[in-house]
Amino acid sequence: MADWRSQATLNTLKKRAELLRQLRSFFFDRDVLEVDTPLLCKHGVTDLHIENLETRDSEDNCRYLQTSPEYAMKRLLAQYGHSIYQLSHVVRDDPTGRHHNPEFMMLEWYRVGFDDEQLLAEIETLLTSVAGAPPLLRLRYQDAFIDYLQCDPLTDSGVQAIHQRLKDDERTHSWMVSEDSVDTILQVAFNFYIEPQLPLSQPVAITHFPSSQAALAQIDSDDPRVARRFEIYWQGVELANGYYELTDAVEQSLRFEKDIALRQSAKLPYRAADELLLAAIKHGLPRCAGVAMGVDRLLMILCNASSIEQVLPFSYQSA
Amino acid sequence: MANYSTNEFKGGLKIMQDGEPCSIVENEMVKPGKGQAFNRVKIRKLISGKVVEKTFKSGESVEGADVIELELAYLYNDGEFWHFMNNETFEQVAADAKAVGEAEKWLVEQDVCTLTLWEGNPINVQPPNFVELEITETDPGLKGDTAGTGGKPATLITGAVVRVPLFVQIGEVIKVDTRSGEYVSRVQK
Repeated sequence: MADWRSQATLNTLKKRAELLRQLRSFFFDRDVLEVDTPLLCKHGVTDLHIENLETRDSEDNCRYLQTSPEYAMKRLLAQYGHSIYQLSHVVRDDPTGRHHNPEFMMLEWYRVGFDDEQLLAEIETLLTSVAGAPPLLRLRYQDAFIDYLQCDPLTDSGVQAIHQRLKDDERTHSWMVSEDSVDTILQVAFNFYIEPQLPLSQPVAITHFPSSQAALAQIDSDDPRVARRFEIYWQGVELANGYYELTDAVEQSLRFEKDIALRQSAKLPYRAADELLLAAIKHGLPRCAGVAMGVDRLLMILCNASSIEQVLPFSYQSA
Repeated sequence: MANYSTNEFKGGLKIMQDGEPCSIVENEMVKPGKGQAFNRVKIRKLISGKVVEKTFKSGESVEGADVIELELAYLYNDGEFWHFMNNETFEQVAADAKAVGEAEKWLVEQDVCTLTLWEGNPINVQPPNFVELEITETDPGLKGDTAGTGGKPATLITGAVVRVPLFVQIGEVIKVDTRSGEYVSRVQK
């Protein structure tokens, strides 16, 4: 007999519905407009580590299932200059894991006129009001490495020391002897040495990522080695990723080109730069900050769940 | 032998690592929002028995290990090899001291053991969870104290030494849990 039942309890589904209701109410109270941009778009994402699933219509037009509503939301920001949020499913062609389902609920919001500091303050308020979280601890990426690993990730000698440490570690030795990407080295060191030491009970914002990992964040004008990008960790879970948004069309275009070249050398499928987004940024993106949060992961914390399947009506495997 | 992609990793899968066949104990996929996905894997090395953690970039391929497990009955030891037989096909397999290892002291003729074979050669012998063995030596002077707490050592016919209650005597057959090496009960002959 096929196992057709949900793994989530009715109580969990009620908590899920209540969380969605609270999130909508949070943004309604702040005049942040709900939008629902398309799941199927002409462009995919150029990010080296994010893969789109794609589909074709009966006239053989390719459409990419969106991995985040970011590009479409930025077009609305450029046109209307109004703060917006979207609460919707996104899809990534990733393996499943304890904290990851290829289709998941994303909360993404953009605050016009905010910088990353102001947005972090709002995230802190949101986590307190919907999840009873304690105050948000802020820790710069560089300080996290210096505090927990005694190595500076922004210097060549620091990166070398971090790389050596991973090569000496039996768990990562065979991968790291042949790894030459500085970003991958730092990211794996972060996972093995920093994440396990972050406080569990309190949400932590890791801020000022190296500019090589800026994604769509502005480079910090005070220290160009870092970008105004942050991530939120809580209870051992990566919960959110946000930026003081890049508004420079030329720089955006260069980052797309860089991504495309990296994808090509990694022999990944070609993804064209989204010219609709580029045109919108060229028209003018207002000064703003934005963040994307994994709602299922937040619910996992609220329900004390050990696996994402427990908080989804149906997981990818049972859908 | 086939290669396995990290997407196929799961508990029990047999792969080669450091020139040694291994069995996956635990597999966790890690995918940072903006970063390389990878698998953190706990593996048991099947020859040394050591459990180690390894990390693989997702999508990477790893060589599979030609490992099978067989249920075979123990026959005899010829001084160099321990001989086992498949009770259905009567096919025989000989394991050396390295493969038998600690299991030696629990081998009882006709008992069915689990043998792990790598490329056709035995690398591990696992005795049944419970075996019955005769006591050949234990201190008879400590008789009578049925409420004894510590018990006393007893040597079994295979050479194994286990702690038994004071009332258990030479010549008696006892049941032992081979996983813990502990006495379970006396066996009525």
